[in-house]
Amino acid sequence: MQQAACAAACLVASMGLVQAAELAPADLSYDEAGHLQAPLTDMPGDPANGRKVMATKSQGNCISCHAISEMADVPFHGEVGPLLDGVASRYDEAMIRGIVTHSKGVFEGTVMPSYYKVDGFIRPGEGFTGKPKDGPVDPLLTAQQVEDVVAYLMTLTD
Amino acid sequence: MRQAWLGIVVGVAFAGAATADEFAKLVVNGEIEMVTRTQAPDHMEAIDEIRSGWTFRTGETQTLQMDDFDNPGMVFVEQAVEAWAVAEGGMGKSCADCHGDVADGMKGVRAVYPKWNETAGEVRTLEMQINDCRTTRMGADEWSYAGDPMTNMVALVSSVSRGMPVNVANDGPASETWALGKEIYYTRYGQLELSCANCHEENYDNYIRADHLSQGQINGFPTYRLKNAKLNSVHSRFKGCIRDTRAHTFSPGSPEFVALELYVATRGNGLSVEGPSVRN
Ligand code: HEC
Ligand code: HEC
Repeated sequence: MQQAACAAACLVASMGLVQAAELAPADLSYDEAGHLQAPLTDMPGDPANGRKVMATKSQGNCISCHAISEMADVPFHGEVGPLLDGVASRYDEAMIRGIVTHSKGVFEGTVMPSYYKVDGFIRPGEGFTGKPKDGPVDPLLTAQQVEDVVAYLMTLTD
Repeated sequence: MRQAWLGIVVGVAFAGAATADEFAKLVVNGEIEMVTRTQAPDHMEAIDEIRSGWTFRTGETQTLQMDDFDNPGMVFVEQAVEAWAVAEGGMGKSCADCHGDVADGMKGVRAVYPKWNETAGEVRTLEMQINDCRTTRMGADEWSYAGDPMTNMVALVSSVSRGMPVNVANDGPASETWALGKEIYYTRYGQLELSCANCHEENYDNYIRADHLSQGQINGFPTYRLKNAKLNSVHSRFKGCIRDTRAHTFSPGSPEFVALELYVATRGNGLSVEGPSVRN
C-alpha cells in the first residue's frame, strides 16, 4: 500500500523533472513472436546499472541461471540457461526486450521467469517469506530496470 | 606418537575426498552398502537413472556420511535413542514398551513410508504415525510436525533401515493421494513460476548460482545440513524450495505436502534408505 503510494508519488515527482513516462505490464503490445518493439520508458537504458541488476541477487539475479564471460568478476554463474555471450548478435533488441519482460511469450514453457508481469501466478508469495501476497504483485523488475538490462544485453556482441 | 596418528587421520581424509565423486561408492561404516544410482521406476517418464543427492555433493561432504563417527546427524539420532525409552503421557508408556529394541522393531519401516493406513483411511507419513502413537497409545501430546524431537525420532527410525531399498507403494488406495502429489510436483508455483520438475527433473546436475542441483530425492532424509547444523525434515525442505519460487508455501504436515512426499518418495524407489544423510 505504502509502496504503491510512494511509487505513484515518485513517478509524479520524476515526471516533473524529466517527463519520464512508463508502460505498465498490461499496456505492453507484443507481436506474435512475443517481441516488444517499444521501450517501457522514454529514459534510455543505462547498461552499467543493467549489469548490476543482473548480478544482484535481490534484483534480476540473472547470473544464477546464465553465465556471461564479461561478468567474470562476479562469482557463481549458473548453467540453467544458455551462455549470454554474443546474444545481441543473435537477436534484435525487440526480441531481447520480450525475453526479459515475458520469456514464456518467446520460448514456450521456458524455465526462465517473466520479469515484467503481474498476474497469472499460482500461490504468489510475499517476496521470499513463504507468506501469501496481499494485494497486487509488483513486477520482479521496474520498467527502468528492464530497459537498463536490455541496454546491457545489447552490449554483448560477438 | 601423536603426530603419526594425526598423519594417518589426514591421509584417510584425503583418500576419501579424492575418491569421492559422482560415481563413488557409498559404504557406511565399512559395512552398509548403498545403492546411489539405479534404474528409474517405470512411472517416471523423463528420467532413466535415479541418483541419490549424495552423488551430487562434494568429496568432503560425501566423506562425512561414510562413517557414523563423522556424520554430525548421528548426535541427534543418539538423542532420539534416549527419547525412545522415556515413558510419556497418561498411559505411562515409551516407544520401547510397544516396539522393543528400535533396531528390531523399526527395521524396514522407513523404506515403505508414506503408506496407506487402512483403519484411518489415509496415507500416513512417519511423522503422522509417530504422533498417532503418542496421542492414542501413550496419551502424550503431539510433537510439532517438523520440530527437532520429531525429526530426530524420524532419523532414528530411518537409521535402522539404512541400506534397504526404498519401496513405497503408489497403487491401490494410495493412488489418489499419489496423483495429487504428482500434480503438485509439476505445478509452477510463485512469482518465479517454477515447479519441482523445472529444477530437479529438467536441470539436475546443472548449477543454479552456487548450488549443484540434484534430483531432489528424499531417500536421505532427514538430512544434516552443514548450513544450519541440524537435522532437516522432508517437509521443511519442500517448504524451503517452494518459498524460493516466491510462492505462498504449504505447511509441514499439510495434506498437500503429505501427497507430495508420497509422490517424491516413489521417485526414489530402488535407491537405499540413507537417512540421516549429510548435505551442504
Ligand atoms: C531460472 C532460470 C533463469 C533465470 C533466473 C533467468 N533466465 Fe534467461 N533463460 C533461461 C533459460 C532456460 C533460457 C533458454 C530459453 C529456453 O527455454 O529455450 C533463457 C534465455 C535467455 C535469453 C536468450 C538467450 C539465447 O541465446 O537464446 C536471454 C537474453 C535471457 N535469458 C536473459 C535473462 C536475463 C536478462 C535474466 C534476468 C533479468 C534472466 N535471463 C534470468 C533461464 C533463466
Ligand atoms: C529454483 C529451483 C528449485 C525448485 C523450484 C525446487 N528446488 Fe528443491 N532444491 C533446490 C536446490 C538448489 C537444492 C539444494 C541442492 C540439491 O540437493 O539439489 C534443493 C534440494 C532439494 C531436496 C534435497 C535433496 C537432498 O538430497 O538433500 C529435495 C528433497 C528437494 N529439493 C525437493 C524439491 C521439491 C519437492 C520441489 C517442489 C515442491 C523443489 N525441490 C523445488 C532448488 C529447487
